[in-house]
Amino acid sequence: MLELFLHLLLLFGLSPLLLGVIGKTKALFAGRTGPPFLQSYYDIWKLFGKGLVISRTTTWVFRAGPVLGLAVPVLAALMVPFGSIGAPLSFTGDLIFFVYLFGLSRFFTASAALDTGSSFEGMGAAREVTFSCLAEPTVFFSFIVLARLSGSLSLNTMFGQTLNVAWQSAGPSLVLVVACLFVVVLVENCRIPFDDPNTHLELTMIHEVMVLDHSGPDFGMILYGAAMKLFILGALLVRLVFPGSTGNVLFDTLLFSGSMLLLAMVIGVVESTMARLRLLRVPQMLVGTMLLSFFSLILLLR
Amino acid sequence: MDYNPANLLLLLVILFNFALLGSSRLVACIRIVAIQGGILSLLPLFIHGITGHSLFLAGGAFLLKGLVIPFLLLRAIRQVHIRREIDPLVGYVPTLLIGTLATAGAFIFSDRLPLIAAHRGSLFIPVGLATLATGFLLLITRRKAITQALGYLIFENGVFIFGMLLAEAMPLMVETGVLLDLLVAVFVMGIVMHQINREFSTMNTGQLSSLRE
Amino acid sequence: MIAALILLPLFGGLAAFCLPSDRFRPLLLPVCSLAHLVLTFLVIQSGQALTLSVFGNWLAVDAFSRLVLLIVSLLFCGCSLYAVGYLRYRLAWGNRIFVSCLLIFLAAMSLAAVARHLGLLWVAVEATTVASAPLIYYNHNRLSIEATWKYLILCSVGIALAMLGILFVAYASLAGGAHVSLQFDDILQSAANYSKPWLRAGFVFLLVGFGTKAGFAPLHTWKPDAYGEAPGLVGGLLAGGLTSVAFLALLRTLQIMDAAGEGAMAREAFLAMGLISLGFAAVFVIRQPDFKRLLAYSSVEHMGILAIGVAIGGIATFGAMLHLMNNALTKGVLFLSAGNIHRRFASKRVGEVQGAITLVPVSASLFLLGFLAITGSPPFGPFVSEFTILRGIFAGGHYLTGGLFLFFLSVIFIGMGSTVLSVVFGQPTAGKGDKNYRETIMTTGTPLALLLIVLLLGLYLPESARKLFADAAALLEVKP
Repeated sequence: MLELFLHLLLLFGLSPLLLGVIGKTKALFAGRTGPPFLQSYYDIWKLFGKGLVISRTTTWVFRAGPVLGLAVPVLAALMVPFGSIGAPLSFTGDLIFFVYLFGLSRFFTASAALDTGSSFEGMGAAREVTFSCLAEPTVFFSFIVLARLSGSLSLNTMFGQTLNVAWQSAGPSLVLVVACLFVVVLVENCRIPFDDPNTHLELTMIHEVMVLDHSGPDFGMILYGAAMKLFILGALLVRLVFPGSTGNVLFDTLLFSGSMLLLAMVIGVVESTMARLRLLRVPQMLVGTMLLSFFSLILLLR
Repeated sequence: MDYNPANLLLLLVILFNFALLGSSRLVACIRIVAIQGGILSLLPLFIHGITGHSLFLAGGAFLLKGLVIPFLLLRAIRQVHIRREIDPLVGYVPTLLIGTLATAGAFIFSDRLPLIAAHRGSLFIPVGLATLATGFLLLITRRKAITQALGYLIFENGVFIFGMLLAEAMPLMVETGVLLDLLVAVFVMGIVMHQINREFSTMNTGQLSSLRE
Repeated sequence: MIAALILLPLFGGLAAFCLPSDRFRPLLLPVCSLAHLVLTFLVIQSGQALTLSVFGNWLAVDAFSRLVLLIVSLLFCGCSLYAVGYLRYRLAWGNRIFVSCLLIFLAAMSLAAVARHLGLLWVAVEATTVASAPLIYYNHNRLSIEATWKYLILCSVGIALAMLGILFVAYASLAGGAHVSLQFDDILQSAANYSKPWLRAGFVFLLVGFGTKAGFAPLHTWKPDAYGEAPGLVGGLLAGGLTSVAFLALLRTLQIMDAAGEGAMAREAFLAMGLISLGFAAVFVIRQPDFKRLLAYSSVEHMGILAIGVAIGGIATFGAMLHLMNNALTKGVLFLSAGNIHRRFASKRVGEVQGAITLVPVSASLFLLGFLAITGSPPFGPFVSEFTILRGIFAGGHYLTGGLFLFFLSVIFIGMGSTVLSVVFGQPTAGKGDKNYRETIMTTGTPLALLLIVLLLGLYLPESARKLFADAAALLEVKP
């Protein structure tokens, strides 16, 4: 019960703050003051208060996209351990469920984009699904490495206490897995170097263009859902890097929140120092990452 | 597999192999080869401890592989004003795939080799084989003369890794001779590359195909 | 004294590099090479093995070394006398790199011949590759740069594979529990204890690596380009000297395998390579329009013959040693005279070069006689050596090998003959070509001298020479 409560609290409460921290870090690098930390909260609040404008060419799929974009991360979050706070929901094989939940939301987002009938959204949808398709094997290989190290197929156990031991016995493999998962975090959440979340140029948008037609509460749901997705995937990464636990729930929560904000800062730094990759190079980089995770699996098997 | 510093360095070498296979920027490739040479030159110190022999070898290898040879290559392409490799015979992604398969094969194969007990847990043989395969791939699939020369250097790096296991067999003079030979070979290659560019206005070895039966 | 063999040409090369005058620099060549020849004779005459005991047993002269040193020295001497005339003819071209690289090349070949440590042998062979690359490029045109690049890359990779083979051999000693040393004498002593899989793997890599350098098929692809585009005298040195040195390296490999008890497997590999080389040469020699590339395929053929001779054993080994010298000197004749013809006609293709006998009579007749010699016509030396090898083959009962050997040799005779005869005889082609080219003593005397030596070897083998070859063959006797 406590875990469920903490999960929902952290998820709903902390995820927009991540976006704020990223924005502030980028502003710091650029010498600006930047938007306030709580800007995303204001944005979501504002959007939920606005009216909805729906195109006449759309169907129920268009409404379903944002809803799933919000519902899926909530469900997925229940399967992921936040720091050393265990996951409320876990069963054998839930890692596959986890990956395909995100697949479901992506499917509906892309369909919602196609539903509008505009060529812009279609272009963005095509790119987005290509990148995710290439990133999925990486996720699976990384999960297989972790499953082999922990001997279980449940996310809760894979990211649980066995990580401490695993770091000592299979350090290099885990370093590679961390690197690959970091790349996955960047890809799935449309961060530089794979996508520019701030761009408004038609030909350079990928994720932004898919959600171009949504407005009001729908857009608010998409924003919230994106923040939550970043939070969840980041939580996996953070758990890998900081596998310990203090025993006290309060301290664990604080530690976890602190490390999530640290991750947001790192993402901000990466976004500020790198430029977006040429579109041609993104598949090559993703395949390279996949091969890297495959290689870490080989290292483990040896 | 035990995680002593030598093994970790060797893992870095493999990562650099992958980076080299996927990279198309010539200057970046040369820098990767330089860093890889530098890493390899530190290996004798880790395996054989700090003796006069290993210090000399490490210092000489670092100087030549990490500094002088990359400098020669950078100078060779400076006049050329060409910064990117054109599309290789096999695309970048297939090259990466083949490289990964070769690395995996090297790991699997070296488990079956009759090694002496001291070498069983170490990564030398697999990494050596993988580096040989990377060098070979670069030599075969790339079209620019400079990348072929880099492939040759990576190939020699792979042989060097093997040689590391056998330091007693290779006395100082021979090691020096080998390194010097490498240096002079790269020097001559640099000159020939310059001449290729002068004659053909490109370093694309696809142009070098007039001599045939 | 052995050190002088190596240091003398090396310093000569450095002096040539520093000497400012293009006119006098070529004179360094005959000076150094004659001194080298004298030193070689002295080394051969001294019966016992001379060793250089710096850091223990690094350089020494055994029977193989004596033979190869003599071959290289004689050939280089001839080529250097030729070079004086040739470089005078091409004075405007500049010759600083050319002369210094030639001398460094000689130094590297001598080092390879006397090295007793496998690593040192490797360094020397790699040095020959690097020193000969600028020589191929002397003509500074597109085709020669293409040939140089292919030569450099292929031979360097091949040599790197040979290094891998050497390391495998060392690992074989490590895995076998013996003392790890790449000193040749240590290896020969303890080879019986080596770990067999590693030794076999090492042998394969050594065969491939040094075989690339020697020019066995299918590793010979650089040969036609390099020999075709290099100046005549460079081609002769490569075909005669470098292949002999590379073959020496292969013989050392065979010695190691014999000492380890794996001689049978090694000999089978040699036999296979030899037959494949003969086959390739036979195919590519037919209708070869470029007479210098033709000579390259002839070189491939003769490396094949050498490999077969060594593989069969017995009297065929003696024949192979004799053939090493015959091949080298005859190649010298062929390349030098072909170079002359090329100079006169400014072309290498059969369509444009005809009737050489009327325009450059001495060179053309030398070319013709050289062709007869290299394809094994009596009374020249190669006939004797090839016949000896054939006797060994049939005495050993390898009838299929003998049959293939004869078949390929006849095909090559016919193929080469058609090209050579159409170059030498026929109506002289008018048109481009250097009408002012005159044959001088320098450029024709030396091929003539080399041809006379070959003739002498065919007619009458002096006892000291016979002993030289017999000693070399004895090193490869399979001990029961």
